[in-house]
Amino acid sequence: MSSSEFMNSQLTPELAKVRDQIKKYAEGYGLDCFETIFEMVDHEQINSLAALGGFPVRYPHWRFGMDYDQLSKGYAWGLQKIYEMVINTNPSYAYLMKSNNLVDQKTVISHVYGHVDFFKNNYWFSKTNRKMLDTMANHAVKIRDHMERYGQDRVENFIDQCLAIETLIDPHLPFLNPKRRESEDHPEASAEPGRIKTDRQYMDQYMNPPEFMAEQRKKLESQAQKSRKNPPEPQKDVLKFLLDYAPLEQWEHDVLSIVRDEAYYFAPQAQTKIMNEGWASYWHSKIMTEKALKDSEVIDFADHHAGTMAMQPGQINPYKVGVELFRDIEDRWNRGKFGKDYEQCDDMVAKAKWNTQASLGRQKIFEVRRVCNDVTFIDEYLTEEFVERFKLYTYSFNRRTNQYEIADRDFKKVKEKLLFQLTNRGQPFVYVTDGNFQNKGELLLWHKHQGLDLDTRWSRETMRALCDVWKRPINVETEVDGQKKLFNYQNGEFTEKFV
Amino acid sequence: MIDNIKRDHSRFRSIVKGKIKQDLKKYVTHGEMIGRKGKDLVSIPLPQIEIPRFRFGEREQGGVGQGDGKPGDPLAQGDPQPGEGEAGNQAGNHTLEVDLTLQELAEILGEQLELPKIEPRGHNTLKSKTDKYTGIASQGPSSLRHFKRTFRETLRRQISSGIYNPDKPVIIPIRRDMRYRSWKTDVRHENNAVIIYMMDVSGSMGDEQKEIVRTEAFWIDTWLRSQYKGIETRYIIHDATAREVDEDTFFKTRESGGTLISSAYKLCEKMIETDYPPSDWNIYPFHFSDGDNWSGEDTRLCLDILEKNLLRVCNVFCYGQVESRYGSGQFYKDLREHFGNQHQSVILSKIENKEGILQSIKDFLGKGK
Repeated sequence: MSSSEFMNSQLTPELAKVRDQIKKYAEGYGLDCFETIFEMVDHEQINSLAALGGFPVRYPHWRFGMDYDQLSKGYAWGLQKIYEMVINTNPSYAYLMKSNNLVDQKTVISHVYGHVDFFKNNYWFSKTNRKMLDTMANHAVKIRDHMERYGQDRVENFIDQCLAIETLIDPHLPFLNPKRRESEDHPEASAEPGRIKTDRQYMDQYMNPPEFMAEQRKKLESQAQKSRKNPPEPQKDVLKFLLDYAPLEQWEHDVLSIVRDEAYYFAPQAQTKIMNEGWASYWHSKIMTEKALKDSEVIDFADHHAGTMAMQPGQINPYKVGVELFRDIEDRWNRGKFGKDYEQCDDMVAKAKWNTQASLGRQKIFEVRRVCNDVTFIDEYLTEEFVERFKLYTYSFNRRTNQYEIADRDFKKVKEKLLFQLTNRGQPFVYVTDGNFQNKGELLLWHKHQGLDLDTRWSRETMRALCDVWKRPINVETEVDGQKKLFNYQNGEFTEKFV
Repeated sequence: MIDNIKRDHSRFRSIVKGKIKQDLKKYVTHGEMIGRKGKDLVSIPLPQIEIPRFRFGEREQGGVGQGDGKPGDPLAQGDPQPGEGEAGNQAGNHTLEVDLTLQELAEILGEQLELPKIEPRGHNTLKSKTDKYTGIASQGPSSLRHFKRTFRETLRRQISSGIYNPDKPVIIPIRRDMRYRSWKTDVRHENNAVIIYMMDVSGSMGDEQKEIVRTEAFWIDTWLRSQYKGIETRYIIHDATAREVDEDTFFKTRESGGTLISSAYKLCEKMIETDYPPSDWNIYPFHFSDGDNWSGEDTRLCLDILEKNLLRVCNVFCYGQVESRYGSGQFYKDLREHFGNQHQSVILSKIENKEGILQSIKDFLGKGK
């Protein structure tokens, strides 16, 4: 995107000064950012950008219009307002709302530098495409071309189908070692494994007992069978499998791979929502209160800050939980509240007053922002004291009273629930296990059941979409009420049966 | 960017309205957003399109929240549904809403029921004048001064004459720079319409019947408003006597006693005579009743009024009979006997229950009159 797309989009001289100042502060604290380009936009532009996921050029699709509709209405009714957007590219682009007052702009600029540092240094972002601005624009051109050629409705319908399955990717895939995966695919084929060579015939039946050899042969056979199976192992990146093996026309292949690329690009943001917002909030608050804030601006800042940090009863605000967890970690490592001595101490008073002057806090939070994602962040650093202090609870639906009720305040339960919601972004684990099910070219997926059943209605609709891509019947292995079941979708009909 | 999103936006709205991609319609859910208008909370009940996904049964999932309360306490109103609770800049699973204007509602109604556009009776005698401040003039009252234009003129003059100093940008307009808004008068020919609602409020009309009338009246109103520029509505209630009331009273009154339908028709007749000369107005009387009239004699009187007077001046006369446990439904039969089913300007409709409303609206408005 060239900045000429925006009229008067540059920072005013005053704000440019502010930006330089804040950048210096941020670097002083050890933040390490990509170059960041700020653009000033009005509310309509920022709502559009937000609807488009931060990218000014995306392919045409109604869901962007849907998001825009909601954002612009929320703005018009004064219910929500976007202060800032920042995208993970190098250089990074950040959009500031023109109508923000100076204090807001200072806060927001500090916040942006927090995000950019996170994008650059967090491990889970390390494989993302930092030239996504161009890539998105190329995607748009490609899809527009296809629309002109094959008709908007046809192409958009296919996009709709692809979006229904865009979550069936494997965010960990970019981190696997490709060499290792290759070698596993081709187990060495030796004639008779395990046979010990011997010159003495009479010893053979002792050194290589026939039963053992038979067993070995069977093993080998089943392995060979397995290698004939496609995929050899359950594959979580269903989209990749479809790209490789579904009978797609060229344009369909393009669309699906575009949807997949974009899904992989956005995946780390979903994986690090709490951390990313927490980190940025930690730094805007730090920079503002320690450096950038003038006396006269304190009230405005406090107001804005309180607004973003507000915890509504019953809801979890990722900004708040994230920033408080970072502060908690910093405090614990500053006071040496970690390690064997601390964990094993039984004296609550001593634990509360614990202080070894370790002063490792700052160092520790930088380490956390480098290696963690939300799952490991919560798993490793959420403490019982924290859950108590912020009054976290789990809730569940009570069928008897037909309402949601507070279920539990137990630390373990809260943590478990939080982790469950964060793992795989709270979505079911679905793998492709067979691309030639029943030897009829049908697709077999497997839902790894972890205590919660699939919603049958939405499964049916998703399978309908899958069927449009695979062009053959779709099967899903799952469990319903503790019983193994097989969903089947073909010729517009959905059936389920016990297996 | 803005143009692109506008295109996506209008496409989304077309889908929601069911104009294109009908197969997505089953994914449209109706959320709402609570807004504030003055002191009042307003809800804009509106749709969202959900993209199907493999997901868990919604109610089974539960989640993590924050706040006071002990186990077993219900979550307060407005608490999260699973999937919500996002704050910040990245768009997630928001509840969605689309504002439908009444005009759009009418369009949808028209499409759904395949209502024809109404052919107004052609008297383009009504003129309306509107003044629009579209022009710019160099003379005018100072209350109409156009600051921006004046400023621009001044700036232009100062720059071209070399007075302007960017380091000390002082702009002083002189008389020649002043610009004022000026108006043009638009004359438009309009078709005006009046709807006269009459309702039987005798003892046999219960709340349910009134609810039906109210709903139907709303939709009729909406449709006719989409067809005419200036529309007036008048309300008459009657039992044994008739009187004109305001909208509020019309739907809320419950009286008792006997029923003389002719009383309403007489009042209607008088109303038209004094206020709505048929040469200038499209007139739509609607009468709702449970079909009980006091006597056969009064019914004859009603038919007489209709025949001799009302039918001559109205576009169409509509009678809707709301089924009630107490009514005999005789009036419908009498009307049908007299006018037959296919009368040009008398439309009869029976509304058995709420589900019957749509069909009834179609009966009334389907002829395009």
